[in-house]
Amino acid sequence: MTTTEAPPVAPQGPTPAKRTLAFVRNTWRGLTSMRTALVLLFLLALAALPGALLPQRKLNAPKVDEYITAHGWWGTLLDKLEFYDVYSSIWFSAIYLLLMISLVGCLTPRSFEYVKAMRAKPVLTPRNLARMPHYRLGRGEADTTAEIAAAHKQLSGWRRVEREEADGARTISAERGFLRETGNLVFHFSMLGLIVFFALGKLFGYEGQVIVQADGSTFCNSGIYNYDSFNAGLRVDGTDLNPFCVKVNDFTARYTESGQPDYYHSNIRYQSGADLETNTWRPYGLEVNSPLRTAGDRVYLLGHGYSPKFTVTFPDGTQRTQNTQWRTVDPTTMLAEGATKFDQPGVTDEVQRRTRQLAITGLFAPTAFLHGNVLTSSAPEANDPAVAVDVLRGDLGLDSGRGQSVFEVDQTRVDDGRLKKVARENLKVGQEIKLDDGTKIRFDGVGQWVSLQVSHDPTQGFVLGFAIAMFLGLGASLLVKRRRLWVRVKPGTDDDPSTVIEVAGLARTDQAGYGEEFHRVSDRLISGQKG
Amino acid sequence: MPINETLSRYSDWLYTTAAAIYVVALMMTLVEQGFGAKGRLAMERAQRRSRELVGAGGPPAEEVPAAQREVGRPERIGRMGASLLVLGALLQLSAIVLRGLAVHRAPWGNMYEYGMAVTFITVVTWLVVMWKFPVRHLTGFLLLPVVILMFVNGTMLYTIAAPVQPALQSYWLVIHVSAAIIGSGVFLVPGVASVLYLFRAAYDKDNTKFARFAPKLPAADVLDRIAYRTTIFAFPVFTFGVLCGAVWAESAWGRFWGWDPKETVAFIAWVVYAAYLHSRATAGWRGARAAAINIVGFAAIVFNLFFVNLVTAGLHSYAGVG
Repeated sequence: MTTTEAPPVAPQGPTPAKRTLAFVRNTWRGLTSMRTALVLLFLLALAALPGALLPQRKLNAPKVDEYITAHGWWGTLLDKLEFYDVYSSIWFSAIYLLLMISLVGCLTPRSFEYVKAMRAKPVLTPRNLARMPHYRLGRGEADTTAEIAAAHKQLSGWRRVEREEADGARTISAERGFLRETGNLVFHFSMLGLIVFFALGKLFGYEGQVIVQADGSTFCNSGIYNYDSFNAGLRVDGTDLNPFCVKVNDFTARYTESGQPDYYHSNIRYQSGADLETNTWRPYGLEVNSPLRTAGDRVYLLGHGYSPKFTVTFPDGTQRTQNTQWRTVDPTTMLAEGATKFDQPGVTDEVQRRTRQLAITGLFAPTAFLHGNVLTSSAPEANDPAVAVDVLRGDLGLDSGRGQSVFEVDQTRVDDGRLKKVARENLKVGQEIKLDDGTKIRFDGVGQWVSLQVSHDPTQGFVLGFAIAMFLGLGASLLVKRRRLWVRVKPGTDDDPSTVIEVAGLARTDQAGYGEEFHRVSDRLISGQKG
Repeated sequence: MPINETLSRYSDWLYTTAAAIYVVALMMTLVEQGFGAKGRLAMERAQRRSRELVGAGGPPAEEVPAAQREVGRPERIGRMGASLLVLGALLQLSAIVLRGLAVHRAPWGNMYEYGMAVTFITVVTWLVVMWKFPVRHLTGFLLLPVVILMFVNGTMLYTIAAPVQPALQSYWLVIHVSAAIIGSGVFLVPGVASVLYLFRAAYDKDNTKFARFAPKLPAADVLDRIAYRTTIFAFPVFTFGVLCGAVWAESAWGRFWGWDPKETVAFIAWVVYAAYLHSRATAGWRGARAAAINIVGFAAIVFNLFFVNLVTAGLHSYAGVG
């Protein structure tokens, strides 16, 4: 904290250089004053608020688009002002950068003062101790030297200095509670470190999500194309990922009677480092609260779902089986929707091929419940799986060059007639549909998929370290009291040969509660010196 | 393990009984607040005099003369209210313990259980404050929000006893959530003290303001000290809760901090309380401004509990209120 007084103005008018210097100095003083820090703290709190109230692109991009569409020009304006990316917006960054500068400006002089105070001797004992907020007077049996020596012993944890006064009295001036300022500085510097390493982690880290069939399928962290989605820091270009592979063997979910999930477990095998060369797989039980930590990265079990399995027998007798993941639309009953797409094998003619591609789209219910003909699910477990599907035939546009979702067909192709609905049916396991051209589609059963997230954050260990230091510093700075204590021992007079002991105390922080400690210490100093 | 419905039912009864007892204690202490001011002022004067004697180096006059120790009817009713408060707290503690035994886990897995624990912490904090400061007559002002919270919690947010989902099955539930509960529960006390401080400070500045109400409150510096000392206890606990939450999020959600609405508002509340602590060390910001900041901080805590749990959809949506 520095004061914001203007420098004295020279009478003959300052030179431009001086004026610039004064301006810089005043700006710096203003920026590093406690008042500014307070205002910036408020701004920070205020600026963080929209992130909790408005949908955020990082957390839920579709919801942002929905919000923008629903709110017209207002939604677009908010988008332009970066209100959907609050924490990477210019204004949010500006506030916390200013706050960091203010912090540095406040801490640097304070650190120097701290070092100076550590070196300085405790202050002189005031002449009139009775004026201090805490004061005790007593008499001792021993002579001055013995009493002072005993007092030194009692005050062993204190920083103290002994002085002799003109009239033969001897005093101890003692101080305690430097840990408060230590804690204060540790807290603030750790917070700076935390912010810096948090930012570095964002630069060099990445997160990737991928869906893997829980039937022994493998995922390898060898490039970003293996991921379904990938969010990377600015310094990550997708090459040089830490190599490791994960093989998902199974997935088990258990539910309570009311359908609430109670237990998720996926048995996986993984290899990393030297294991990749020897092709050794190690087992791991992946659960929600216990990610796999390997090769410096973490693999999380984020979600799960069902993949209905369909076998298509084409008119020429060739068969194709697929179990593509369908996405869950109702997490309590695990009702899912999706599209399983087939390309007839052995058709070389491109035009022919584009009239015969098949898509099976619709709903999947793990425990079927039919309202008339409408399929819903009554429980999340796969007790009685069924699908309600449309079969579309025509040109799926798989090789049109445009990426498309695995969960749905391109609706424009249905609208303009390039995809035609050729059947609509509800199927239970083992049942099949026969199309007009003799193609048979059988619903074989259901598999499960898990969605995994791979997280890479090279600095999170440092962030944790700084966070712990911050917490310890905070504790010390709030709970330790700075306090002073003085003892003055005067030799007795001829009338009364016992020594006079005065003890006084002063709390240097605005925290009350020094009284009890003072009482205890002064008790021992005056009466209980034998102990 | 199956839910023990008998225990959970007993827990519900104890909860309701505790709330009812708090209402009675509230009214009794309001009687003391309203009608016991004269006796309190006499007591304060006596204490000040005895402190002056000690300060002057005289013999420790801890014994207040018998005539001044005599208590009037309002004080007696206030004391009964305080005893009832202890009884209510014990019943509420039993309600929490029984709920835990019924569900075989830490009893703070949904919003109802959270609210039950938070209000309990508030009452316990107040009992400690009452023991250190002569503020028994203010109990009613503290119990008012507590009773309202308990009513809302027991009627609108009530959730039947059930196990928690896999993401919550971790020992961090015990650590992180209990830190959040203690932090939030204690923060209610400085919030109330700061509101009273504003009344008292306004009266001290201009004796025509709140002239009937404010003189019955303790001196402004007592209220300020209560707010400060409870805040510096709750702030590190709350910080610890946020840090533990980050550690837990790292193992459950794949990142230690992701600006989830709950995280964001916890961050905001943390920044506001940090501002409070700084304001008490800044010239021109002590007193009423600091008190106002403390109230804003508590508003952020309440906002985080109700708005974020019930309105926004985030990873912390465990309210179990459908």
